Amino acid sequence: MFVLVEMVDTVRIPPWQFERKLNDSIAEELNKKLANKVVYNVGLCICLFDITKLEDAYVFPGDGASHTKDEILIGKIKGCSPEGVHVSLDFFDDILIPPESLQQPAKFDEAEQVWVWEYETEEGAHDLYMDTGEEIRFRVVDESFVDTSPTGPSSADATTSSEELPKKEAPYTLVGSISEPGLGLLSWWTSS
Amino acid sequence: MEVKDASSALLSNYEVFQLLTDLKEQRKESGKNKHSSGQQNLNTITYETLKYISKTPCRHQSPEIVREFLTAMKSHKLTKAEKLQLLNHRPVTAVEIQLMVEESEERLTEEQIEALLHTVTSILPAGPEAEQKKNANSDGTMDEEDPA
Repeated sequence: MFVLVEMVDTVRIPPWQFERKLNDSIAEELNKKLANKVVYNVGLCICLFDITKLEDAYVFPGDGASHTKDEILIGKIKGCSPEGVHVSLDFFDDILIPPESLQQPAKFDEAEQVWVWEYETEEGAHDLYMDTGEEIRFRVVDESFVDTSPTGPSSADATTSSEELPKKEAPYTLVGSISEPGLGLLSWWTSS
Repeated sequence: MEVKDASSALLSNYEVFQLLTDLKEQRKESGKNKHSSGQQNLNTITYETLKYISKTPCRHQSPEIVREFLTAMKSHKLTKAEKLQLLNHRPVTAVEIQLMVEESEERLTEEQIEALLHTVTSILPAGPEAEQKKNANSDGTMDEEDPA
């Protein structure tokens, strides 16, 4: 789930910070630039791991979260919509399990706004609800990056996570699947 | 900003947990500008990532446990990515092993799967939820305990 990413950047330290230790200033600037931001085709950056070299060209590894295909993750159901089941890992929210990747047969309960697995046994069908807040184990089947280049002046620097961007599209989204034995709500598979 | 190597090393959830916990301590000690608007992103992502990892079995791991686990895993012939998933998730059932190990039915016999589960559950400490269940369980038949 987490990888070290090696990057190169030029960092400007404003003069009023010159009295501080150089590494501290640089670390702060880099974290300000990268933390909680999506790096295109890499993933969501968590924080700076270490500075390997300071030169005219600076080299440093950053700590990033990316999701390898087919990885198994456990998240929480944020909610359901006709598009599918929305899942969150506290630090990353843009995960969707589309209807075709749910345990089949599945139906969307309009009244409750929740997806339901119509689990069939010899005794008949049991409706298993995918309620908000439930922990869910899923497989990552795809990830997509959208280049959300800034459209206006960057006074929007204060915005934090991707949900607050005016654009509807998140810069980094994951598509999951639970259509295998062992996947889905944890409660479906634990033996009591 | 240029990416030199998008995957220079894999980190386990425990390593990230340690890193963020240390970072939090350091920043607490240096005090001053923790709340400046520039640091808000770092605060948010650190808090949320720590929150996520704290709910998993990784929070009770240690460098020694991870080392012991990797040594024990050598005989099972798994890929790096597979070992990492076992380390991060601590599976307790055969169906979880099937999810994390590719083509497990062809590569592992039932006995090997059982042996793998035993290795995983005996070396890696249980997560916070399992701990609660353990305490609530009156007959106390669980065989793994948290290392001291």
